[in-house]
Amino acid sequence: MLWADSLQLAVRAITAQRQRSFLTLLGIAVGIAAVILLTSIGEGIHRFVLAEFTQFGTNVISALPGKTKTGGTPSGLPSSARPLTLEDASALERLPYVVAVTPNVRGNAEVEGNGRTRRTLIYGVNANLPKIFRSTVQSGQFLPPDDLGSARAFVVLGSKLKNELFGSENPLGQRLRIGGLHFRVIGVMAPKGQFLGIDLDDTAFVPAARAQELFNREGVDEINIAAEEGVSSAIVAAGIKARLSARHGREDFTIITQEEMLKTLSNILNVLTMAVGALGGISLLVGGVGIVTIMTIAVTERTGEIGLLVALGAPRRTILALFLGEAVALSALGGFFGLLLGFGLAQMIHLFVPALPVHTPLSFVLLAELVAIVIGLAAGVLPARRAAQLDPVEALRTE
Amino acid sequence: MALIELKGIARTFQLGDTTVNALADLNLVIDPGEYLAIMGPSGSGKSTLLNLLGLLDRPNAGSYLLEGRDVTTMQPDELAKVRSTRIGFVFQSFHLVPRLTAAENIALPMTLAGIPAAERVKRVAQALLDFGLENRADHRPDQLSGGQRQRVAIARATIMQPALILADEPTGNLDRHTGEEVVRLLEELNERGVTLVVVTHDQALGARARRQLMMEDGRLQSDSTHLPPLQGEGRGGDGLIAPISNPSPSPPPP
Repeated sequence: MLWADSLQLAVRAITAQRQRSFLTLLGIAVGIAAVILLTSIGEGIHRFVLAEFTQFGTNVISALPGKTKTGGTPSGLPSSARPLTLEDASALERLPYVVAVTPNVRGNAEVEGNGRTRRTLIYGVNANLPKIFRSTVQSGQFLPPDDLGSARAFVVLGSKLKNELFGSENPLGQRLRIGGLHFRVIGVMAPKGQFLGIDLDDTAFVPAARAQELFNREGVDEINIAAEEGVSSAIVAAGIKARLSARHGREDFTIITQEEMLKTLSNILNVLTMAVGALGGISLLVGGVGIVTIMTIAVTERTGEIGLLVALGAPRRTILALFLGEAVALSALGGFFGLLLGFGLAQMIHLFVPALPVHTPLSFVLLAELVAIVIGLAAGVLPARRAAQLDPVEALRTE
Repeated sequence: MALIELKGIARTFQLGDTTVNALADLNLVIDPGEYLAIMGPSGSGKSTLLNLLGLLDRPNAGSYLLEGRDVTTMQPDELAKVRSTRIGFVFQSFHLVPRLTAAENIALPMTLAGIPAAERVKRVAQALLDFGLENRADHRPDQLSGGQRQRVAIARATIMQPALILADEPTGNLDRHTGEEVVRLLEELNERGVTLVVVTHDQALGARARRQLMMEDGRLQSDSTHLPPLQGEGRGGDGLIAPISNPSPSPPPP
């Protein structure tokens, strides 16, 4: 029997029972729609989170004091581990593939200026920070490349902090008090927005040595290193590790590459996407059961017809193929409707809740349709085998 | 060469603990072009015989040569092939596929045999003309009268140009007049050389065949050849009843 004819006969059988077929394929459609919708949201969140993390560049490597063997991130509180120092940071600058290095000393302090006070996050860094984190200066300039130990008391304001303290006035050249120290404003950063709920613009950047003084700190909280684009982070990280180990005599620090972090994060988010997809898969399973039911009924109803097909010279495999084809056509059609439904719902959610990121990759769409077809095959096997094994004499006798 | 040669055919069914002999030690030779009626009361084994002849059922013993080939040893797929090309079925209840049009029902054996669509269309168009169904091609069975349905079924049975047509009570669901028409159609096919085997317990219908088999309890009771009384002119011989070679007494009922 020709392929096209089998398909046509299967479709005729489906369209002959419009309502019943529609309800059956609706089960699959709802399942596929659920899978598509949930994985679209999962994938959207995945991409959103990764984009958040990569907005600072993907080739950043950080060295933290203290050896940690797990993937936890430091709390920012001073620890008893032997600190990394400003000298450690400058020692890394001459390593191969290293583009820029900045020490990083963080702390919270009150900033007073223009008659106003605001508590904000202070970063002690050096002139390389914009290069590493892809930030740009809106007006004035960033910290100058002063000597590490004797850096002048300049401050660069985040855009939010500038607005809070100076409004629309020009802050350049103004004097500020941070903690007990005096600083002169030499620049304002361009706004960067939020990162995982933290306002990146409510900050002030001062030289690292000044920040150490401000927070009574010996070492630095971390050293951020930008590696050359296209060079594996692992190679650069190994170089950094060797250099720091040589300086400290042992490995009492931790190196985190952003590449690795992103990979871990991506894996976690993938598992999340798969988990919600599996939840949708439960309804798909129910849809599959619906197909088994309806095909079993169809075989019983059309017993006489099966007998006739045998009498007309249809081999068993043709009868098997006809009923399998019917089940697959049902589920493939249901899958197709489910795709439209799921995709439409995802887009609607995107329209009404723009904050919720939604993304439907083509691979998911194809996979979902494939899953629908496989479910149809699996659901059709039992009834189709029953049809193919009917005794034609008995079958012809039933009306 | 005989079209059909049955030798020592037996077919038993297991009904609970008892074994029912539906056919026992049956010998039969049917030549090409014959017009044969199988008659007998219900349960006499005539339907079983028809199913055996149509390769829908296998005997428990004996041999069945169809056109010289032993079909009792054939694989199911080979049997399907033989059914498809050599045998046409006509049923009492027509057995049309309700969701297909008349034309599609007639084309069904060709569709199953994998004959290309263009060839199918040509042959179906001719068949529709031959059976006076040209205005009914796109009607579904429930839009056809009983006589038209049976004509569709006969067209379907002949579309593969089989050597043998097996008709099981072809007029059973029809009124006298339409039944007459349908029988005449079948007889015309027979006159063109197709072997026609009709199973019926309608005496009048059976009497029209040139050869009658009377069955009882799975055995041939009589095998008589005569010319139908109305169409006998021009042919040699007349209503002659030939006794069969081995008239066996009926077995006790189970």
